[in-house]
Amino acid sequence: MTDISAPNAMGVAKQRRVDVTSAAAQARVRARYRSEARFKTYGLLALGITTVFVGVLLSDILLRGLPSFWQHRLVLDVPVAADAFGPPGKADVAAIRGGDYFPITKAALANAIPGIESRSAEKQLNRLLSTGAPDELRERLAANPALIGKTVKVPLLLSDDADLYFKGGETAIVKRAPRGIATPSGVNGEITVLTASNDFSDELITIKRALAAAAARTQFESNRLLKSPDKANQTRGTELAAEAKNLSTRAELSRGEEVLDDKVPSVLIEINGGLVKANKLGDSSITGEVLLPLKSTAEAKPADWKIVTFVTPEANRKVTDQEVAFLERLRSNGAVENVFNWRFFTAGDSREPELAGVRGALVGTALTLFVTLILCLPIGVGAAVYLEEFAPKNRFTDLVEVNINNLAAVPSIVFGLLGLAVFLNFFGLPRSAPLVGGLVLALLVLPTIIIAGRAALRSVPPSIKEAALGVGASHQQAIFHHVLPLAMPGIMTGTIIGMAHALGETAPLLMIGMIAFIVDVPQSFVESATVMPVQIYLWSDLPEKAFQAKTAGAIIVLLGFLFLMNGMAIWLRKRFERRW
Amino acid sequence: MDAQVATSTHTVPRMTAGVGAKVVARDCNVFYGEKHAIKMLNVDIPDRSVTSFIGPSGCGKSTFLRCINRMNDTIPICRVTGTINIDNRDIYDPSLDVVQLRARVGMVFQKPNPFPKSIYDNVAYGPRIHGLAQSKAEMDEIVMTSLEKAGLLKEVKDRLLESGTGLSGGQQQRLCIARAIAVSPEVILMDEPCSALDPIATAKIEELIDELRSNYCIIIVTHSMQQAARVSQRTAFFHLGTLVEEGETSQIFTNPQDKRTQDYITGRFG
Repeated sequence: MTDISAPNAMGVAKQRRVDVTSAAAQARVRARYRSEARFKTYGLLALGITTVFVGVLLSDILLRGLPSFWQHRLVLDVPVAADAFGPPGKADVAAIRGGDYFPITKAALANAIPGIESRSAEKQLNRLLSTGAPDELRERLAANPALIGKTVKVPLLLSDDADLYFKGGETAIVKRAPRGIATPSGVNGEITVLTASNDFSDELITIKRALAAAAARTQFESNRLLKSPDKANQTRGTELAAEAKNLSTRAELSRGEEVLDDKVPSVLIEINGGLVKANKLGDSSITGEVLLPLKSTAEAKPADWKIVTFVTPEANRKVTDQEVAFLERLRSNGAVENVFNWRFFTAGDSREPELAGVRGALVGTALTLFVTLILCLPIGVGAAVYLEEFAPKNRFTDLVEVNINNLAAVPSIVFGLLGLAVFLNFFGLPRSAPLVGGLVLALLVLPTIIIAGRAALRSVPPSIKEAALGVGASHQQAIFHHVLPLAMPGIMTGTIIGMAHALGETAPLLMIGMIAFIVDVPQSFVESATVMPVQIYLWSDLPEKAFQAKTAGAIIVLLGFLFLMNGMAIWLRKRFERRW
Repeated sequence: MDAQVATSTHTVPRMTAGVGAKVVARDCNVFYGEKHAIKMLNVDIPDRSVTSFIGPSGCGKSTFLRCINRMNDTIPICRVTGTINIDNRDIYDPSLDVVQLRARVGMVFQKPNPFPKSIYDNVAYGPRIHGLAQSKAEMDEIVMTSLEKAGLLKEVKDRLLESGTGLSGGQQQRLCIARAIAVSPEVILMDEPCSALDPIATAKIEELIDELRSNYCIIIVTHSMQQAARVSQRTAFFHLGTLVEEGETSQIFTNPQDKRTQDYITGRFG
């Protein structure tokens, strides 16, 4: 009752007004503006740096990965002998599927590039094709056995090295018109080509320069090694010193023929429909082996032949001169096509880069995440609803709450160990299976879903619950009819973010053996499988250059998956968000 | 009831328990943890009339209102002693089902809180969970009647399937009243129903309260003494957790017995 008499003693206090005119006040205003501008600049700076980093990362991944979505194939007329799969007219599907296709593709290649005599050239020609090259032919024959005995026009998959060659960057090819008339001495094997002019002097100078540069490099390396106290390094240094001396001698010799090896750019001659690779290079003559047979030994006018240089030395390439010759010939014949690499999305893993695909890992990921979602969503939402709305507030529930929050921060590898000890060793579940992977990831995601779920439930205004209680709904009805549906978008967002987290998780899956090399696409929850991030990890470890692109390609697929999931989260939130 | 009145020895002034007394509180105490929010409250509230609770903020009038449909049960630290009877039945009797009680005692809140569902579903929710309608036609009937009684039907009959949250504040509050009367309660509690509304919407709600008076026992908490004077037949003045004075509205406003009441209604404090 004391507050009835309101004291009115404000009048005596000295009135303080905000000073707006003095210099100090203006300085204060300026300082405030400066501080705001500074803060804004920091923000923009941080944003800019982040954008640059993300941009560099994404463009690098795209640049490396996108080529792996395309692949080169040879479209050849493949003659299928009538008796290739047993007696003519009797071939059944099993015989067609199990048949030996090597002779067939070999014949097709021999048709495409006729006249190859040497065994080594023939071998290199056959090596251009992937071991999976006849897959498409096999499918067509199995689907339509009537094609046996006919010539089928079918695409054959190229090997990873040939594919990489067409994707570029292996070597630059320089073509130059000569001045003299050239005369080859034969059409096949080791031949000499003479020209009427000193057409090769430019090439010689280039080679000499390359030799001098190589000599300097070798000398530098030798000096470095000779300084080392290690015995082995000393020996190697001495060897290199001798090599450098040899190279510099060759570089300084101004006259005579130069012997070419695989450490200098390759010089070739395109003449009479064939290709000759120079082993010995003189001012006006070359001696070398025929890579692609010549049609005749007729004299060629300057306009009819060309000097070709493969700038990158053969030792620094994955494809030999012979292979480049074959590939360029096939390309000029129009037999090479570049198509979208569907196999990347339909095949399982493989040791051959051109055959490897992400299907196995994608299906493994889908199965694993399915198990995770099925376990996580009901348990997580149930736990969140109970803890937030029904649980009595006491020591025990406090303890549970603290532990759930702690679980969200436990390193994922620990969950992997737990899975190994409990699911594999105690319950004896199968190793490497999506079932176990899903169980382990569910442990990982559960705390996230519970925390997100509780936050979402808490954010529903209590007035909604009161309204429901006010018209006579029970506590449970109020929650399940009104509070939970309103919290659902938040719960879904939390769930999807948790699932995206699980999607990128590798460490716990390594512990339960999902790191195996698995070729087959998994068909069930208990079959061996692997998941996308593990597949990326496995491929990044492989030495073949083509796997680098595959790794980046798989990263693009994984990121696409992630963007899709996050996009779905945003869509769900927008779609079901309710305002009140 | 007469016996109860006779045995009550408390000195707090109270109305004479009329024949129509619907809600009767005896020696009611409410504690929030350690805080004694309502002290030894005795009051009789008549049926088919409007009773308003006035008093400064924090005086316990909303707390007592929420005791009448046991809304305070949702607050874990809240404890109620004494008895509150509706139709001679103790509502804090453990054998009484609180959900059924709330179906009989409807409530309208300070801030309009329609469900984020269609206007139709807002009104139909209560009848649906209590099984008041056997068929779709019956449900339509209940919804239409409730909206009609709440004076909202004319404004919304073309958009029953639109969201209830899309209405204006005053319409939302009338929708909440329609929702409350859809389950045919006996008592309607209103916790400052007009404090978030503009004067025109307020006038409509007051008009509505006046119409509803003939069928329900209405208890309204308000900060506006004009409103109390306009809509209520009886007024109770609360101060610091005690019921200071209760009686005919005209008597409270023209001839208050207690000095605190007089100071409050003349604007000396509060």
